[in-house]
Amino acid sequence: MKAVLLGATRGMGRAVARVLAARGERLFLLGRNREALARSARDLEIRGAHAPVASALCDLLEPSGFGAALDAADRALDGFNAAILSAGLFAPQDVLEVDADFRRDLLAADFAHSIEWCEAVRTRLLARGGGVLCVFSSVAGERGRSPAVLYGAAKAGLTRYLEGLDHRYHAQGLRVVTVLPGFVHTAMTEGLAPPPFAGTPEDVARRVVRALDRGRPVVYAPGVWHAVMLAVRALPRSVMRRATF
Amino acid sequence: MSVPTKEIYGWGRVPVVRAEEREAEDLEAASADASLSRGLGRSYGDASLPARGPALCTRRADRILSFDPDTGVLRAEAGLSLRALNEIFPARGWATPVSPGTQYVTLGGMVASDVHGKNHHVAGCFGEHVRALRMRVGDGRVLEIDDATEPELFRATLGGMGLTGHLLEVEVQLERIASYWIWGRNERVSDFDELIGALRAASARSPFAAAWVDTTARGASLGRGIVTSGRYAELREAPAAPPRLRERIAVPFDLPGWFVAPWSIQLFNFLWYHAHAARTGERIVHPQAFFYPLDGVRHWNRLYGRRGMVQYQCVVPTQDGGGILRRLLEVVSRMGGASPVSVIKDCGEQGRGMISFPMPGMSLALDFPYRAGHTQAVVDALNELVLGAGGRIYLTKDALTRRDHFAAMEPRLARWNEVRRKWDPERRLSSALAERLLDPAP
Repeated sequence: MKAVLLGATRGMGRAVARVLAARGERLFLLGRNREALARSARDLEIRGAHAPVASALCDLLEPSGFGAALDAADRALDGFNAAILSAGLFAPQDVLEVDADFRRDLLAADFAHSIEWCEAVRTRLLARGGGVLCVFSSVAGERGRSPAVLYGAAKAGLTRYLEGLDHRYHAQGLRVVTVLPGFVHTAMTEGLAPPPFAGTPEDVARRVVRALDRGRPVVYAPGVWHAVMLAVRALPRSVMRRATF
Repeated sequence: MSVPTKEIYGWGRVPVVRAEEREAEDLEAASADASLSRGLGRSYGDASLPARGPALCTRRADRILSFDPDTGVLRAEAGLSLRALNEIFPARGWATPVSPGTQYVTLGGMVASDVHGKNHHVAGCFGEHVRALRMRVGDGRVLEIDDATEPELFRATLGGMGLTGHLLEVEVQLERIASYWIWGRNERVSDFDELIGALRAASARSPFAAAWVDTTARGASLGRGIVTSGRYAELREAPAAPPRLRERIAVPFDLPGWFVAPWSIQLFNFLWYHAHAARTGERIVHPQAFFYPLDGVRHWNRLYGRRGMVQYQCVVPTQDGGGILRRLLEVVSRMGGASPVSVIKDCGEQGRGMISFPMPGMSLALDFPYRAGHTQAVVDALNELVLGAGGRIYLTKDALTRRDHFAAMEPRLARWNEVRRKWDPERRLSSALAERLLDPAP
């Protein structure tokens, strides 16, 4: 596998990159902070990734840079065949309701610009006969819920886009893997009270890499969230109005 | 957003505090206003519990920053776990030079506790192998230090219980190994004198040696146990494939408080003792089983239920041939404070750590189900004996030692507090342990 990863310096993306590194895969990192990229690249090399692990700057809030960043990855990897997007913004609903600037940024990064990034990846992969596009969405997009109205809306849109992309281009060799993490202990969720079935980035990473290998289109992580979301999707609106989860 | 607090406790679950705990991947930024760094929370008592201000959890700051495959020098962020290290480096011919009884510890925790292992008599503490540290000291500065540039701060930090600064990065010299498999030996001994003799012989012969002792045995059988020793196997002795690190079974929930009681401890000890053959045998042993037998059961502290447990570890000089250890075991036996996991280990020379635990002599580690007044009385009685013998206790295990006992055991404390004051004049770093035992009286 020759994978380009946006968001692999932190959290779940970091854990996925480590699983790939331990298998000796070729990796290219994208992110916002040059020092963080260099530290993570070194970490992945020592953990077994094919050396050198190179990197380039790429920010979800600046879609004009996506093309150059992916070109750099293509040059370093001699044409990537997998792209993994785990970057994104997050804030609780009460913060997003009052901070209009951050709200606009979050909706742009988690929806419109994530899709722009996927489009840039898609055209490159299709031009070379296919490949894997793996994107971290969220179970927050599976149902409109009062603690995650705005974040959930962005992720719902992203999930539907990925579903459609799979249906439209699967026959041409594009394999789309949508990751739907439930609550996972990372810096992003720090300070939130964890519900039952909270997972670790390492659990998620193992499941994601298995899905990458097998080309499974949707992966809930940890797996128990599949059952949880089945139940949540079945709840009537009258219950959801009163629910606090 | 209001700042959420949570219950924080050590591995023994005694005591419990309610405080803010933050988990961060960037320790340098997150340590600016934290009162204490904590790793995986495997110290037993209150060493990792914040007292004033938020705790910083380092477990997600676990990047490896450099590794030289020729020299074995490793540098990593302080939250890297020994488990992760064990997954990566032994297969490449390098292992940690010192291993505590669990691999669920961080590098930062190994420095802060200056941990020792079954090879203390030859390798000393972990701190002997630490080459450099990057830390944020109490006055807010971020420093890169080693034993040459800042010897006082460096030595006060090895075993300094995280109270001289937040550890950000640790550089350590790993040990070259031919194989990660262990060539091990178990020897069953039937009384105290035999145990001490066999342990000393094992230590003279092997780099790794320790003894499990049956604390429920009385009279002539007092001190019976199993002496375990070993070394890394030579290539020709070891299986062709390196050992695979195994997944673990787990205790899924808290067992009721009565589960670990004299009857069950007696039963466990009886079975464990007789599970080992009377004849001594040497064989290849899996390193996880050898170094970390308790890690095989995830959440094993749940066996003790919500009331929790208390660990107690002391080291005593043994010019008298170990008679003091016998008296300690008699106290445990008499007061009914039976302990299922009791370990005796001979310690080597005192190392660089200014208040590190080991000293030449014998170390005894015990654990007890916690029963409010009674466990305190057992610990007090043990401490009286240890104090009289010129010994001391291990802060990483402790929850119940009294301030006056500790002060009498540790003439080194005043000097260490001077160094602390120099680097943290406003005392911005603190812990529940520090307030109980270490801070100078106000």
